[in-house]
Amino acid sequence: MQGLEVRGLSKHFGGLVVSESIDFDLKPGARKALIGPNGAGKSTFANLVTGILSPSGGAIRFDGEDIAGLDEAQRVKRGIAKTFQITTLFPRLTVRENLRLPVLEREGLGRRMFARADSNRAIEDEVAALIDQFDLGPLADRPVLDLAYGQQRLVEMALSLALKPRVLILDEPAAGVPSSETHLIIEAIERLPHDLAVLVIEHDMDLVFRVATSIVVLVQGRILTEGTPQEIATNAQVRELYLGGAHG
Amino acid sequence: MTRPFIPALVMLIAAVAAFFLFPYNLAFLTRILIMIVLVLSLDLVLGFAGIATLGQAAMYGAGAYAAGLFAIHVWADPVAGLLIGALAGGALAALSGAVLMRTQGLTLIMLTIAVAQICAEIANQAREVTGGADGMRGIRPGKVLGLWEFDFIGITGYWYALTIAGLVFAALFVIGRSPFGLSLRGIHESPARMEAIGVSVYRRRLAAYTLGGGIAGIAGALSAQITQLVSLEAFSFTLSAEALIMLILGGTGRLYGAVLGTVIFMAVHHTAAANDPFNWLFVIGALVLAVVFFLPSGIAALPTSLKRLAKGGRHAGS
Repeated sequence: MQGLEVRGLSKHFGGLVVSESIDFDLKPGARKALIGPNGAGKSTFANLVTGILSPSGGAIRFDGEDIAGLDEAQRVKRGIAKTFQITTLFPRLTVRENLRLPVLEREGLGRRMFARADSNRAIEDEVAALIDQFDLGPLADRPVLDLAYGQQRLVEMALSLALKPRVLILDEPAAGVPSSETHLIIEAIERLPHDLAVLVIEHDMDLVFRVATSIVVLVQGRILTEGTPQEIATNAQVRELYLGGAHG
Repeated sequence: MTRPFIPALVMLIAAVAAFFLFPYNLAFLTRILIMIVLVLSLDLVLGFAGIATLGQAAMYGAGAYAAGLFAIHVWADPVAGLLIGALAGGALAALSGAVLMRTQGLTLIMLTIAVAQICAEIANQAREVTGGADGMRGIRPGKVLGLWEFDFIGITGYWYALTIAGLVFAALFVIGRSPFGLSLRGIHESPARMEAIGVSVYRRRLAAYTLGGGIAGIAGALSAQITQLVSLEAFSFTLSAEALIMLILGGTGRLYGAVLGTVIFMAVHHTAAANDPFNWLFVIGALVLAVVFFLPSGIAALPTSLKRLAKGGRHAGS
């Protein structure tokens, strides 16, 4: 099968079950969202897929290949990338340098010592294109720590996209972003390449319903249901969980 | 495009001028140049890659003893001796780094100190080979490139050390702007993100530590050849700590800071110790405090800080 295929995935921390027999597919070009209350195991699931955590059981296949035994760096090389829930950039480097790093590493040039980092024409063009794609032009040569938080979230996304992944997991891309700037994040997600498989983990329901064509609901480590935004919006259990609960 | 080279040119002119201005202090000036090489190696490891170490003297000492033994038993050629020193420093860094680079923070600092102490104890015990606490004597380096003999005034020694320091600076300048240099700064800023873009942070840090070890080994070899003596002091904690203070004074991660910090520390040490042999450390302490409080990025950042202050910027001094 093309894309990501998860079967019977589980993760236990001692006696605590955080993921239990999860089945999940993500095909090229998919736009899926993963929602659920706090502590449902959404981030754990993302960390299992990207290799930050190793599963207690189950299978993770990518294009038919079993990748459960690969570490994070090896999975990045296969094309699975994730953004960080808590912005994790190179704060004192400029936006351009932040994006140059992943492109250089993806091309396997990161160990070169006797060429200038900014001298490769193809790489500089690609970095410039990323800066344009995320509307970061005027800020390109400023250190990332000078940027507003919403802009840092865009750099966060651009950094992962610079790896040219085939699966991109966005872990709460709008977390901490003021609602007046959420539209920037939504627009950036809508402009992602069409053949890229995208999984969004998010609390912001506006964002989820705008970008996702399919929504997976995770509760206490298990998948409660999966369906189109329409189906999820009208699902009684989900309404109970969300609209009846604290999250609006 | 030529602007980044101006400070380097100024430093070179100052070094040449110093030769003519202080003809009776060549031994001291040469000592500064050797320390500059050591502090530059520390800037690569700590300033660029963010590897916290208080044991850079381990590689310096390894280079010094290796170059000394090589000159006595194998070949007196100084340049070959430098290569041996670099190999010894690099090998020790690679070997110890294979374990050390898996740790971070306080654990790492303690282990770097331990490695240097172990080296010092080995050198102390292996009296037949190293001369133990009496030091290694009888190093008689040959002519540099077969042309210039080491004279007792130290003229050859000065130009030799200046050339090597200049070459090391140039090499690190190039590496600092390279993809490798950028990746080290990336690791310094966020190891987690570097892993997430597919980099083995461990291996990259090990490469930086090994390279820094090789350069520290060159500094040690220079010292062995020019002073024609290697003592246990080469492995001392004091040497590691002083190199760190010099780097912090000048400013980390910018190479010029390493040079400036070393010159200022050594000059203050020289004059203050001559005036008051018992309390000179007080002057250094006050200087370090002043820099840490008012110029946290080091003295080399002074022009930038002043510019920002003049502009009324928020981040003066950072």
